[in-house]
Amino acid sequence: MSEELVAPSEIALKIRSWNFDSYVKQVEHLLKGLNNWAQGIPLVLVFFAIWEALPRLGIIDPLFLPTFSTTIKTLFDLTVTGKLLLHVVVSLQRVSLGFGLAIIVAVPLGFLMGWYNKFERYTDLLVQSLRNISTFALLPIFLLVLGLGEPSKIAIIFYGASWQLLMNTMSGVKSVDPIYIKAAKSMGLSDWDLFRKVILPASIPSIIIGARLGAKIALMVVIAAEMIGAKSGLGFFIQNAQFNFMVPEMYAGILALALLGLLINYLLVWFEKKTTSWKGEAGNSIFG
Amino acid sequence: MDIIKAKELHKTFKLKHGQEVNNHGVIANEIEVLSGFDLNIKKNEFLVLVGPSGSGKSVFLDLVGGLSTPTSGVVYLDGKPVEAPSAKTGYVFQQYALFPWRTALSNIEFGLESRGVDKEERVKVARELLSLFGLSDFEDRFPYQLSGGMQQRVAIARALATKPEVLLMDEPFAALDAQTREILQNELIRIWEGTNTTVIFVTHSIDEAVFLADRVAVVTARPGRIKEIIDIDLPRPRNGDVRSSIEFAANRHKVWGALKAEVNKAQQDWKLAPVFAE
Repeated sequence: MSEELVAPSEIALKIRSWNFDSYVKQVEHLLKGLNNWAQGIPLVLVFFAIWEALPRLGIIDPLFLPTFSTTIKTLFDLTVTGKLLLHVVVSLQRVSLGFGLAIIVAVPLGFLMGWYNKFERYTDLLVQSLRNISTFALLPIFLLVLGLGEPSKIAIIFYGASWQLLMNTMSGVKSVDPIYIKAAKSMGLSDWDLFRKVILPASIPSIIIGARLGAKIALMVVIAAEMIGAKSGLGFFIQNAQFNFMVPEMYAGILALALLGLLINYLLVWFEKKTTSWKGEAGNSIFG
Repeated sequence: MDIIKAKELHKTFKLKHGQEVNNHGVIANEIEVLSGFDLNIKKNEFLVLVGPSGSGKSVFLDLVGGLSTPTSGVVYLDGKPVEAPSAKTGYVFQQYALFPWRTALSNIEFGLESRGVDKEERVKVARELLSLFGLSDFEDRFPYQLSGGMQQRVAIARALATKPEVLLMDEPFAALDAQTREILQNELIRIWEGTNTTVIFVTHSIDEAVFLADRVAVVTARPGRIKEIIDIDLPRPRNGDVRSSIEFAANRHKVWGALKAEVNKAQQDWKLAPVFAE
């Protein structure tokens, strides 16, 4: 037995404090992320200042562009009276249903298309044809076929969000490093275990990116759908405010939409980081 | 007693449509990698395969591991023809191939999971192996948090966890720096000398072959078959000091003597044929 062999355990001793170190690192990382995020604030403030100034200086008629402070006040009033909340909740409900359905359908289909070349050959032409039509162009068809109620809205969100999920799941499966498959097979894994323990976890990062893109599309589609035929939802609220010339309310609705989008994006980035922490820090940031 | 008998192995790969090789003037869409490959490996032996690039060494490992089937011929493992991956073999790759979403501990457990070993026992086995490789304090680390040498230690531990009769090692240390490589060779020898596992080890390094092997099998340039088997008469247990002995140099000289002509032949061959992946 040679002397070099003792070395690794000695190194290990030095790293006993790993858990504490990792905690400190996490806090440091969070602060760094916050700091990076905060660097974006000045420009947003400049944007708000210009918004405030334009109607005040009479460059834009305050009737068409109320000042930022008026808009914020309106948003605040709408929030505390609960008038806006109902619409936000309804929109979120539609997004969750449509997006949830997209995950249930598109992810398994993506696995099939990615894994079975034959299945991909049969389906690729149809998928490519459909996914390149703007979802908005199809809105009238959904309304005609499914009516003005909830089903048409959920269906169009489902439709819009599905493609990114499908494509990213497929490419995730296709890009699983063959060496993982070889290693798993060398350990005698069954096909089901190979899927469950190798293909699925290896594809997760790509699927999550698809989910992020899909969720963004879902949020856009729900607003458009609510503008065309709905009696509730944030899209309806904005459209309704416009028709009734409640201009500050309209801007407040748009501001709420921006905040909602921001919030959802941060949630998804956080979720992405959480589920792919094994990839290390590179390319990952909480406020990414 | 022979644990592995390879008889008259032939393996031919079909190239992609439109690709072709020029084999001494004959143009073909397929490439013969093994041709009449015969090799018997004794139980508990450390056998190292050396040979020029493309001579089918890795292909032979795949055949023993059941990851690929021969075009003709048979590999017998414990007297039975190999047709699919079995619990009797473990595989270690040059690229480590650790699952990046699993910790060191959980990577080692991987092979045991599909064999239905319960969690408690799996963790026990995995911890023992980690401690054997001096990695006890790294069990919660993900592969990206480990150095190359540590990753390969975990990969070897993962292959050993299922207690395979035969350990297949495909250039496992080729991606490591020279010092780490020597340390890992020493560790491998130490651990192997304490088990009764048969090892088939592929390498391009003659020093590595001589240091590790009971026997070194020299494979010819493509299509590969065994050219010569050289007994390495260095005493065991071996440690790093043996590398600077006269006997080591003599063995090294013998292996290189058998290999030299094949490497030259392979170089000529590669000038004629496009590269293909082993």
